[in-house]
Amino acid sequence: MTGDRSDAPGDDDAQSGYDQARYVENGEYEPLLSEKDRTRVEIGGGDATDTDGAGDSPLPDDLTRDSLELPELSEPELARHYTRLSQMIYGIDSGPYPLGSCTMKYNPKFVEDVAALPSAAVHPDRSEGSVQGTLELLARLQDYLGRIGGMDAVTLQPPAGAAGEFVGIRVAAAYHEHNGEGHRDEVIVPESAHGTNFASAALGGYDVVSLPSDDEGRVDLEALEAALSENTAALMLTNPNTLGLFERDIEEIADMVHGVGGLLYYDGANLNALLGRARPGDMGFDVMHYNVHKTFATPHGGGGPGAGPVGVASDLAPFLPAPRVRERDERSTTGEPIYERFDPEHTIGKVHGFDGNWLVLVKAFAYIARLGDEGLADASASAVLNANYLAERLEYDVPYGPFHHEFVASAGDQDAADVAKRMLDYGVHPPTTKWPEIVPEALMTEPTEVESKATLDRLAAAFNAVADEDDETLAAAPERTTARRIDQTSAARTPRLSWQALEDDS
Amino acid sequence: MHGSHVTGSPYAPHTEEDRSAMLEAVDAASVEELFDIPATIEFEGEFDIDSRTERETRRLVRSILGRNDDQTELLGRGHYGYYVPSLVDHLADRSEFLTSYTQYQPEISQGFLQALFEYQSLLVELTGLEVANCSMYDAATALGEAATLAERVRATTGHRVLVPERLREERRSTLENYVAGTALTVDTYPADDGTVDLAGLEELVDEDVVMLYAENPTVRGTIEESLAEVGELAAANDALFTLGSDPIALALLERPADVGADVVVGDASVLGLPTSYGMGLGLFATREEFLRQVPGRLVGASEDATDRRAFTLTLQTREQHIRRERATSNICTNQAWVALRTAMHAAALGPSGMVELAKRDVRRARALAARLDDMVGIEAPVHDRYHLREFVAHVDQPARAVAGDLEDRGFAVHVVGDHEIQVCIAGVSDERIDRFAAALEEVTR
Repeated sequence: MTGDRSDAPGDDDAQSGYDQARYVENGEYEPLLSEKDRTRVEIGGGDATDTDGAGDSPLPDDLTRDSLELPELSEPELARHYTRLSQMIYGIDSGPYPLGSCTMKYNPKFVEDVAALPSAAVHPDRSEGSVQGTLELLARLQDYLGRIGGMDAVTLQPPAGAAGEFVGIRVAAAYHEHNGEGHRDEVIVPESAHGTNFASAALGGYDVVSLPSDDEGRVDLEALEAALSENTAALMLTNPNTLGLFERDIEEIADMVHGVGGLLYYDGANLNALLGRARPGDMGFDVMHYNVHKTFATPHGGGGPGAGPVGVASDLAPFLPAPRVRERDERSTTGEPIYERFDPEHTIGKVHGFDGNWLVLVKAFAYIARLGDEGLADASASAVLNANYLAERLEYDVPYGPFHHEFVASAGDQDAADVAKRMLDYGVHPPTTKWPEIVPEALMTEPTEVESKATLDRLAAAFNAVADEDDETLAAAPERTTARRIDQTSAARTPRLSWQALEDDS
Repeated sequence: MHGSHVTGSPYAPHTEEDRSAMLEAVDAASVEELFDIPATIEFEGEFDIDSRTERETRRLVRSILGRNDDQTELLGRGHYGYYVPSLVDHLADRSEFLTSYTQYQPEISQGFLQALFEYQSLLVELTGLEVANCSMYDAATALGEAATLAERVRATTGHRVLVPERLREERRSTLENYVAGTALTVDTYPADDGTVDLAGLEELVDEDVVMLYAENPTVRGTIEESLAEVGELAAANDALFTLGSDPIALALLERPADVGADVVVGDASVLGLPTSYGMGLGLFATREEFLRQVPGRLVGASEDATDRRAFTLTLQTREQHIRRERATSNICTNQAWVALRTAMHAAALGPSGMVELAKRDVRRARALAARLDDMVGIEAPVHDRYHLREFVAHVDQPARAVAGDLEDRGFAVHVVGDHEIQVCIAGVSDERIDRFAAALEEVTR
């Protein structure tokens, strides 16, 4: 380039430097890797007896593919590609993320460092004696979670919350089967429950009985009475529920379910509201899962990984997945505790090829160990205070109450999905929308404990500004984001799910 | 901020002044008042977990994990410790990737959606199938999802799933749990010399079979030589042919689409993750005709209001948050960030790097087997087959004792029979392989 700086950044037609939201290259927000380069490598048949003939395949032709065609780019090009992609993402480090029931809170940075310790990188088939550190951490986390949930035994194997639900359902099924109650074929799920509850129960082979809410947004006890029978295997419940309301009748609910021989399952998605205040085990729940990536703030980038440990009351412990970890009675010659794997007596077997999402478990352990009793109790106190404060500041109608850590506002005459799009223009992540369906045009909001009063005021200002806007403005939103409103219909009508499909299409 | 942070959680930012102002706004005298919990179930005990500083916590975790022995792992059987380039750690750890959630608002999630779209595209190229989702938990759960897919698309014609008799017990057990709530049952077919016993399989396949599962490479590290015949057998009986593999193997071995695979599952984290105690990334690819029955999330291309290409989650009507008990799967939180790492690692290698890595594995495994075979009291490999990255060796001495002696010298291998060990060279340097061979010679002498 010559020294002429007239087209330097700042000029209208200059594309370099950049306005992050508007930066466009070759007409795209960022070209696909495949549009930058595609290289075809021919595999070629080899001489099967040749052990070091560089370039030739060491396998005969008929066992190999002909070629492989993928992008072949330099490291600097890749660094820029992924940096640019990261700039087109909103994360919790970018701003508030009040997604109801998703509990998106700030993740302390140090947990990444402890998970990256070289001593954390071990193969799952290593002998017990050589991975005492890993087994000790697992045993300690099992113990922590048991105390926090009021549960007698914990498995860390499920790799996500929904996987935990499925394990809970399988454990319940095995328990009933063992007691000669295999005829129980129904699981009751409140209408307002997370969609995963329904799907996990169905995957477990159960008929799902949907339970309506009462006028106050809680479990309708009469409807529950009608739904319960000798066919009831379990009731799946989250408490506080997805409206942020505590199920005050939980003890009566537990008695009713237990009265017909059913089990009570706790969906841990909302546990963040209860830390140190109440425990599912004390409320009568027999099985629960923990979303350690939500409650204990371990990053779940882009949608995962998470981890969904399951806790149970002692009656159900023999059915948990294998293996579990425990401390042995004897100590090592140097006086250190010794840990071992063991299979519970009537185990349902495995629910993951190995032992689950280990690195997430390390982060969860570190988070809990950092906060301790005092920090955990304060986390839920601040989460509840923040939700109530934000609800109070909103001009939108917030039915029901009093709230714990989340609440559901109604967008009223506005379309909740459009409200969400418009909030993006105010630089904040919107709440969960249109769910639960009990509240019309629902804006399900969970600020979590990590937001300051100043941030909540800013969030409320965004909500309230949108509340005053007309439908036309909302429908045109967003206009200040990387990409403008995206056409969902054409994405579903003509699915193009790979760069190969894009090429076929053109 | 006014005043100092006073609360117990270091990540809850309220000052005393903030807290008072907020309580006043909600008309409460204390935070306790906001909790609507009946006194009978209020928790008044202690967890008895100490609060620690960040530094103390790091020291605690370091000290616990410090009890792990530092060993050279020649372990495989479905989990591998390939070297992951620094590029992957540094870029995947950018906080926008690490701290974002599911892309329910695509306008502010374009970067992650595009990365996942590129990941799906990688799998489409590797498998030759038209559709790949953007992650399952691991190979075992992906296999379970393949079986429930088979039941949905072949529901009227049968109920048996056939898997190789030499399948990792953990995969078999996970599959059993996935099908426990369905009408499906799991049976095994014989393996000859580590690979499919075609004649034995043929006798077992009939119209009652809805899915036939094979792996390439097999759990014993051998490369299957009759996949096309297995595919034909499945097709002739209207069964889904599901193939288990991984991205490094797929860079070199027969393209699944070319041998008639309907579904490819496996662990994609051979790229992108170091050994992580079995944490994985389930890959799942299938044919376009099953698109609307696919489990998990899908990212699709679309356009935005300025007619520029943009990406979004699509076909969500299959998913649990919309379809509830009629969903194709219960998966919600998945392994998206691991998929990002896998895509980055693949991009860092490029096609030539991936193919070369797989070829080197074949050569290095073969060279090590030949070397062990020359030792007194060892035969390797026991299967007269091609191997990708691992193989089984016969040892005259009890295998458990051999493995124990190796462990004392800092090497971990699998024991897979009374006189059989399995050795994997994936991610192990040539220099360490040399030291391993010397140690093995010493302990079997």
